[in-house]
Amino acid sequence: MMPELGKYAGAVLSSYAVALGLLAVIVGLSLWRAARVKRALDAVEARQEGKR
Amino acid sequence: MSIWEYANPKKFAETAAKVQPFAWALAGLTLGVGLVWGFFFTPDDYKQGSTVKIIFIHVPAAMMAVNVWGMMLVTSLVWLIRRHHVSALAARAAAPVGMVFTLIALATGALWGQPMWGTWWEWDPRLTSFLILFLFYLGYIALWAAVEDPDTAADLTSVLCMVGSVFAALSRYAVKFWNQGLHQDSTILKVGEKDPLDPAYYQPLVLCLIGFVALFVALVLLRTVTEIRLRRLAVLAARERLA
Amino acid sequence: MIALLLRDLRLSVRSGGGFGLGLAFFLLVAVLVPLGVGPQSATLAVIAPGILWVGALLACLLSLDRIFALDFEDGSLDLLATAPIPLEGVVAVKSLAHWLVTGLPLTLAAPVLAVLLNLPAAGYGWLVLSLLLGTPALSVIGTFGAALVVGIKRGGLLLSLLVLPLYVPTLIFGAEVVKRGAIGMAVEVPLLLLAGITLGAAALLPFASALVLRINLR
Repeated sequence: MMPELGKYAGAVLSSYAVALGLLAVIVGLSLWRAARVKRALDAVEARQEGKR
Repeated sequence: MSIWEYANPKKFAETAAKVQPFAWALAGLTLGVGLVWGFFFTPDDYKQGSTVKIIFIHVPAAMMAVNVWGMMLVTSLVWLIRRHHVSALAARAAAPVGMVFTLIALATGALWGQPMWGTWWEWDPRLTSFLILFLFYLGYIALWAAVEDPDTAADLTSVLCMVGSVFAALSRYAVKFWNQGLHQDSTILKVGEKDPLDPAYYQPLVLCLIGFVALFVALVLLRTVTEIRLRRLAVLAARERLA
Repeated sequence: MIALLLRDLRLSVRSGGGFGLGLAFFLLVAVLVPLGVGPQSATLAVIAPGILWVGALLACLLSLDRIFALDFEDGSLDLLATAPIPLEGVVAVKSLAHWLVTGLPLTLAAPVLAVLLNLPAAGYGWLVLSLLLGTPALSVIGTFGAALVVGIKRGGLLLSLLVLPLYVPTLIFGAEVVKRGAIGMAVEVPLLLLAGITLGAAALLPFASALVLRINLR
């Protein structure tokens, strides 16, 4: 299944790992922050609607 | 129907919500296919062995690292000239993504170079330029964070982006000058430049390029909408405090 | 404008003005590097151009926040902004004052420190010339950075982060001039590029700095 990476296995695998890891971090953080802010905004807007 | 309609935060958010799913889907699809194809189904290069597989991450990341800064430059200019908040927020949103792309380019560049050069880091002109670009991103993000008033922050970071762009270009040339004649042209970075790329690599590479672009679009849309919501949150919270 | 220049010069030379701090720092760098790197003359001779340039650059950095901070705090910056002279002129004068008090002394002190670092004899002239041409750029670029952070409390570290990447082209070409001059190679290319950067920065950055100051003084 795994291609014959030979002596460069370390370089190739760690490159992919680092890159995919960093991408996962920025995507994850962005999604989490977006959800958190949306929740906070919805809460404040609901409060302000309720007062009216 | 002009692009300036999207300067309206509400319209931007609505359109972003419609476009985002497609962007994420495109990113997932092209990156998934491209990376799997590149990793599992491409031959080894006669010069570089299996490390050539790193190209499918390194080249798209490096291209995006520079293009994102270019996008930030354009949106900063739009903010300075037309005062559209969405534009300034888009620049703010894009910066961390560009910085991550730069980091990926640096890490994969160094890891690719290690078996070729024998050291974990080489002050090769390209890698050095990306290191400097990383510092520019860092400074830009830090300035946004340090200034309290959002409009002042937008103005200051926009000017920094413009001045920074000039100096980044100057640095690129200076670093090329600095490292010439001391170090042979790295074989790694010749790939895709002078030799036309073997079609076996070309197709998955194009897929990965599209994937990175789509991923950037998805992330920037998501993050800009977050920034717009944060601003609205701040305004509403201030109103609550005054009431 | 002359009055402003003399005032700034007088303020920095007064006690508490920080004059001489840059020079002292420069000396420290020239002492610390051999202590860290080892006393082998051959090694020091090779890295001397770079150390001298980096030392000068860092020493310039030290006094940058002083350019606007004091005036900003006591309100004189607002007065200067509304004065009859254009703000761009004010900025240029302040950059000049900074250079006279920091860059120029560093340029003059550099040959002495070059002795400590075993710079080859051929390099001394190029050292002074490159610093003479390059330190004004450091002042002008530094002024831009100082203008950016003038409203930020404890902005010193941020100032360094913003300014140091902007210093890279000047540093590279400046150090190249000394390096090549020291071994007898031709120096025209880096010298001209160094001068070009300084001239371009001096001509254009005051406008950017004034714009930034106006933003911060709103």
